Amino acid sequence: MKPMPLAELWTHFAGSPLLGLSLTLMAYLAGVWLFKRSGQKPLCNPVLIAIVLIALLLWAIGMPYQRYFDGAQFIHFLLGPATVALAVPLYAYWKRLRQMALPLVVGLFAGSATAAFSAMGLAWLFGASPETIFSLGPKSVTTPIAMGVAEQIGGIPSLTAVLVILTGILGAMGFPAFFRLLKIRNHATQGFAVGLTAHGLGTARAFLVSEEMGAFSALGMGLNGVLTAVLLPLLLSLVLH
Amino acid sequence: MLNTLTLLLLFQLGGELSVRLLGLPIPGPVIGMTLLFLTLLARGHVSQDTRADTGSFLQHMSLFFVPAGVGVMVHLQRVASEWLPITLALVISTFAGMAVTAWVITAMLPKGDDHAPGEHA
Repeated sequence: MKPMPLAELWTHFAGSPLLGLSLTLMAYLAGVWLFKRSGQKPLCNPVLIAIVLIALLLWAIGMPYQRYFDGAQFIHFLLGPATVALAVPLYAYWKRLRQMALPLVVGLFAGSATAAFSAMGLAWLFGASPETIFSLGPKSVTTPIAMGVAEQIGGIPSLTAVLVILTGILGAMGFPAFFRLLKIRNHATQGFAVGLTAHGLGTARAFLVSEEMGAFSALGMGLNGVLTAVLLPLLLSLVLH
Repeated sequence: MLNTLTLLLLFQLGGELSVRLLGLPIPGPVIGMTLLFLTLLARGHVSQDTRADTGSFLQHMSLFFVPAGVGVMVHLQRVASEWLPITLALVISTFAGMAVTAWVITAMLPKGDDHAPGEHA
């Protein structure tokens, strides 16, 4: 094989998924390394670090987001099978989940309404534009559901995806200290509340504490996803018309 | 690992198919999760391998959010010009939702069930 000139080499790799893929993995591993190195400091959240590193690099080399995503979408795709995989811890804790069914269901309705309506209310109160307000409505719900709901209620799906991820990072960073403050120690209760408000990112962090917390977080995330998908568009159309 | 990945993808496919066929307002993977859960419930057990594989897969779930998160680049201008309402809405509503959920559950749980694991005798 003949050696390629540098400029041509760049065009070749900028167009292949390899660049976006390896960049995402390296940035995430750097984030995980820092998180462990810092003694799991909340601000050293691996996802936050990875996003900042990648965005800075793309900006520095002038690569558009869409080009990066063409490669990174293979990692994005794994959100699907990961969601399906949550069935396994759910099944493992099924007996305990059933014992708590009534408190969980009441908590679900109260928490889901609080998360969605306080977000939209606060944004409205502090003068956000209507598209931003509606993009905030489903922000506690896992990415694919949230994007679908945003589209239905007049938000911007890609903005919602970003708000969802920011919410997840916040929830994952904050919940250990927050529950210490509230003196709530039960792993099942904590997990359910974390998954309900901070979806998959909260769930991933909950699994680091215990498998029980992770399983309840998966349940909270799944139930709030379904509830928000069904009820939020309906309630908003009733309120606004 | 390969068995587990195939299993997960097949259930996701089943979920996507049912969503399209029935016109459900819920994403395919969530239906796939429900279908897999019902299957496990019907079978009454889950293999050690599947449990270990899904465990290590889920450990890195946060990685899968990174590509969509980098999309913040595209919305930087809006986020910068509306940073105050967005920040307040995100921070307050996330922790308000968390607190309300946890308080309701704690209030409704029988006394004595409110322990951290391993704390009771």
